[in-house]
Amino acid sequence: MADLAARVVIAGAGHAGGSAAAFLRQYGHTGPIALIGDEPLVPYQRPPLSKAWLKGEADAASLAMKPAEWYGDNGCSLYLGLSVVGLDRTARTVSLSDGRSLGYDVLILATGARARTLPLPGADLSGVMALRTAADAEALKAALGPGKRLAVVGGGYVGLEAAASARALGSEAVIIEREERVLARVACPLLSAFFTGYHQSRGVTFELSAGVEGFAGQDGRVTGVRLADGRTLACDAALVGVGAIPNDEIAQAAGLDCKGGILVDAEARTSDPDIFAIGDVTQRPLPLYDRTVRLESVPNALEQAKQAASAITGRPGPAPEVPWFWSDQYDLKLQIAGMPFDADTILVRGDPAAAKFAVFHLKGDWIQAVEAVNAPPEFMMGKSLIGSRKAISREKLADPSVSMKEVAA
Amino acid sequence: MARITYVEHDGTEHIVEVKNGTSVMEGAIKNNVPGIDADCGGACACATCHVYVDAAWDGKTGAKSAMEESMLDFAENVEANSRLSCQIKVTDELDGLVVRLPESQH
Repeated sequence: MADLAARVVIAGAGHAGGSAAAFLRQYGHTGPIALIGDEPLVPYQRPPLSKAWLKGEADAASLAMKPAEWYGDNGCSLYLGLSVVGLDRTARTVSLSDGRSLGYDVLILATGARARTLPLPGADLSGVMALRTAADAEALKAALGPGKRLAVVGGGYVGLEAAASARALGSEAVIIEREERVLARVACPLLSAFFTGYHQSRGVTFELSAGVEGFAGQDGRVTGVRLADGRTLACDAALVGVGAIPNDEIAQAAGLDCKGGILVDAEARTSDPDIFAIGDVTQRPLPLYDRTVRLESVPNALEQAKQAASAITGRPGPAPEVPWFWSDQYDLKLQIAGMPFDADTILVRGDPAAAKFAVFHLKGDWIQAVEAVNAPPEFMMGKSLIGSRKAISREKLADPSVSMKEVAA
Repeated sequence: MARITYVEHDGTEHIVEVKNGTSVMEGAIKNNVPGIDADCGGACACATCHVYVDAAWDGKTGAKSAMEESMLDFAENVEANSRLSCQIKVTDELDGLVVRLPESQH
């Protein structure tokens, strides 16, 4: 039985936590909401940090999900610049980094993930940075500009987007990747090759299969990245983008089931029925693929925020969604739907040389995932076909003269 | 500044003052108007900020880009007056704009 007057505490004021507060109010929750965030800012959009914001095309107000006054006007108490340091499930309290504690009837853990750091010599030099928060983005932006040299350690999306933004700001950029290709963990080899070529033709250089030994510095500031082969690549700033680690320590210490993130069910509920977990910190079921995954994406944060808010207010949950992701680099819009689990065939539709194509990952005649570059029809219809589990004809799908509507018919 | 009326699928109206230079989508999100999801935050990547522009405002909300056309083409329940509200920039000329929201964005 839903208690619309329950005291809800939300630990974490990122995209997931901020959205949960908003959905609770949309769904008629009347009880007090406390929103705790370790950054000094009201919830904001992170994706633009490596894109529009870095290039100076977005400001703090446009990044904010809601204006600051919305929270007070809607009975949401903000505890910003504070983190949750403890959870007492018996007393139903969370303790904050300033010594206060807050009681809850329902707790939502939205503590997110933090950038993985490299335990290498020189990693603590000024100018060796991560890109996760607005403060990180501010520091990176200050280090970029005409003639500056950015070294990116890690060829994932954050690194590629930052390199593209650096080039737009007139900086040099080199991407250093341990694997033999960029996006090795998240995209197929064809897409890796496409993005590498696109970046190269826009002046980005690559060091692939390259180990990093450490960072060189002078007067406490980074001056280069030392590679395993003995070379040092000179730079004015080094961005480390080598993945993220879920902030699930508090949940673990409190005895909640965790396994590479906080384990939740399809309602975003943890092993304690009064505690939900949402967003990057969770290990969640993905019924479509019959497994659990930890997803780092805005659509995932929003879906789980809706699940938790629905369960708390006694509404039916949202329809299950196909996971999806996007990335903007130069004039490329990459949209990915689904996960390529168990795929047996990769099928390319369109022309990579024309920067307009889609890569489909098929399991038999089912689409498991699609990676679409400047190809919205392939993304939109592909996402729909992944969700509906409808068999398609490979011949039709491979022929760009057959429309996606016809492929789906 | 423009006063914009968002009409939910069930008829509930939300009247909101929206700043020039922001988008019709942002006006809804920043004021917690239900019915516009805007998963991608305005990157024209998701088609979850679909609205129907009231007939009186036909032609005043600017032209659709190829990307918007292409995304809308595959959204649910699309009509001739469908737009992605993240792509409609607010100006004084849109004062009084009425947009209707679809039953679902997903």
